[in-house]
Amino acid sequence: MNSVILYTIISLTAIGIVAAVVIYFVSKKFAVQEDERIGKVEQVLPSTNCGGCGQPGCHAFAKAVVEAGDLSALHCPVGGNAVMKQVAEILGIQAVERDPYIAIVRCSGSFEYRKKTNIYDGESSCKIAATLYSGDTGCAYGCLGMGDCVEVCDFEAMYMDEKTGLPVVIEDKCTACNACVKECPKEILELWPKGKKNQRIYVACLNEEKGSTARKECAVACSGCSKCFEACRYDAITMENNLAHIDFEKCKLCMECVDTCDVHNIITANVTPEKIQAANEQRLKREERTRKKKEEEKLAAAAAKQTSNEPAPQ
Amino acid sequence: MNLHHNKTFAIGGVHPEDQKLSAGVPIAPLPLPKTVTIPILQHIGAPAKIVVQRGDAVKTGQIIATHEGFVSSNIHSSVSGRIGIIEEVMDSSGFKHTAISIRVKGDDWEESIDRSETLVEEIKLTPKEIVARIMEAGVVGMGGAAFPSHVKLSVPEGKHVEYLLINGVECEPYLTADHRLMLEKPKEIIVGIKILMKALGVEKAIIGIEDNKSDAVELFQEVLKNEKGITVEALEVHYPQGGEKQLIQALLNREVPSGGLPADVGAIVHNVGTTFAIYEAVQKNKPLIDRVVTVTGKSVKQPSNFLVRIGTPVIDLLIAAGGVPEDTGKIVSGGPMMGKAIADLDVPIAKGTSGILLIPKEESMRAEVYNCVHCGKCIEACPMGLEPYRLLILSKKGNHERAKEEHILDCIECGSCAFVCPSNRPILDYIRLGKTQVRKLKKV
Repeated sequence: MNSVILYTIISLTAIGIVAAVVIYFVSKKFAVQEDERIGKVEQVLPSTNCGGCGQPGCHAFAKAVVEAGDLSALHCPVGGNAVMKQVAEILGIQAVERDPYIAIVRCSGSFEYRKKTNIYDGESSCKIAATLYSGDTGCAYGCLGMGDCVEVCDFEAMYMDEKTGLPVVIEDKCTACNACVKECPKEILELWPKGKKNQRIYVACLNEEKGSTARKECAVACSGCSKCFEACRYDAITMENNLAHIDFEKCKLCMECVDTCDVHNIITANVTPEKIQAANEQRLKREERTRKKKEEEKLAAAAAKQTSNEPAPQ
Repeated sequence: MNLHHNKTFAIGGVHPEDQKLSAGVPIAPLPLPKTVTIPILQHIGAPAKIVVQRGDAVKTGQIIATHEGFVSSNIHSSVSGRIGIIEEVMDSSGFKHTAISIRVKGDDWEESIDRSETLVEEIKLTPKEIVARIMEAGVVGMGGAAFPSHVKLSVPEGKHVEYLLINGVECEPYLTADHRLMLEKPKEIIVGIKILMKALGVEKAIIGIEDNKSDAVELFQEVLKNEKGITVEALEVHYPQGGEKQLIQALLNREVPSGGLPADVGAIVHNVGTTFAIYEAVQKNKPLIDRVVTVTGKSVKQPSNFLVRIGTPVIDLLIAAGGVPEDTGKIVSGGPMMGKAIADLDVPIAKGTSGILLIPKEESMRAEVYNCVHCGKCIEACPMGLEPYRLLILSKKGNHERAKEEHILDCIECGSCAFVCPSNRPILDYIRLGKTQVRKLKKV
């Protein structure tokens, strides 16, 4: 009886030792040579595998970074500049600073402003509703409100506001991974630079219909009235398809356009009302000055005309 | 006792209650509306190009938008009057598309159109001229898909067509537009079939009619007594037999290969409504400006079949059928199986609108969704031999490559899977989503 146990122990140990030796040599012989920097880079990455960088996951990103040896085309939006700096240090290359981005919601059509015209009782998914019809309100461009974006967010940075029926992005949590932007069938979400002092400004409407129709569909729709366009001193606002759009690269965050909007649909973030008011006053003063100047010019022109019309003294 | 079993397609299918409430109601012309709104995209393919301007006077039958490219269709004014605003309106697809509105004034037809009721039997045009005439008249498939008919008649080179199949199945419950047309215009339909046979150069044509329309079957048997090459076949009542591939299988026992065309198995299918429109286009020079539309529903006062000008708002039909019953939950354009709920009563009747169905509240809303119990009923019901529950999962997970391998694009969207699902799962919704995503993959 004892001998059976003994033989078993001896034979298993022997097999174990032989197998260990074989495995040791095999692992040496067939070892996959991977750049050890890949592992190091991967360690500093956030390991969320969100795909926000455009790569399938963090390992793939690390590999791509090491292979490229250059950070101009690769950036981890979740880790941001801090992580990219660490990556650059590991690889001994120049770090490339990028402005941090955040997802913005370009629709203000809450329940209050955008009345329901029909009831959707199908599967609660924006993507599916979008394959069926243009939406349960008159606006064919607005948020469908079923929260596909919230569902794909890996960072719990979004929630649906029950009062408005619109998604809300939590500033501190959003990593600009782009998942919600890709998910939204109406393309309402967009990545936007967080901006200086986290100040941002954008038009929260995508309705391309002409003003009268758009306003019937939604009380805060951009009607394409061009008031903001005219107020902008930096050519940062363009009018296209009855819609105002702010170019964040040109925008100087002067906030002068905010109060020109009849329906207050130029949305700002982290800007004090005082600043907006001051900007508005400044704009009004400037407009007053130009108006006066124009009037004076007109008067002068009229006077000049009159003198030239007078019969020449004989 | 009749021991003879009627033909039908081999796999899948369901048997919803047929509810043909308006089968005994003759087709009545609907009074002209005050304005019509004619969408420039009523067909599969490219939208037509508008050739009129606001303020122009148009006659009934005048062309107002021309086809853009081959797979497209001409659009004609269905009334006489003045062109009003041209803007995007909600149509029966559920999306906004550009449409031309026309304020109706009188009913002044183009002189070239023969409006008499006399039957013109002699076919003078050559096959090529026939196809050109059909293209000119803007005829599209009137069974629902609205595929331009001239494209169907232009058989790709190297394909030999042996049979012309005429779809008089009308497998959708409630709808009776085709049934009434067969009862009232059999001779015209037969001339239409002969036109199609001449255009395609085929010797044999079969009319397939489900046996819940035995009066139509008998009528055609009677009328076809002395006709060579055209036969009528009574088919078992079996949804979705009106699907092109299902009808080919039922009548010819041939299977259209995955991704293939009916012409691959030597068949071309046209709907009876289309055949009648082709008769009118070729023999009477009349473009497709009106169609038969069934207005029906359990609570509808007078379920009816109306001859409606294209572009008439749905509300006009509802008023003519006795108004909207109070218990209405959904108004559907098309039948209960494949139709689509409309969100606006001003939606215009289009070339492909076969019926307007009013569903009472208690029947209209979706039931609570439960988990899949893997019972396999959807697989049994799928007439295309797919695995709907799997396609739902693949589509939900975004695994579109795999869904494509599982032949998601073969789905004809008949809804049999969702109809039989004991857990009320939104199978078709996800398959539809998957199909759009797979098509996007192709483009990339």
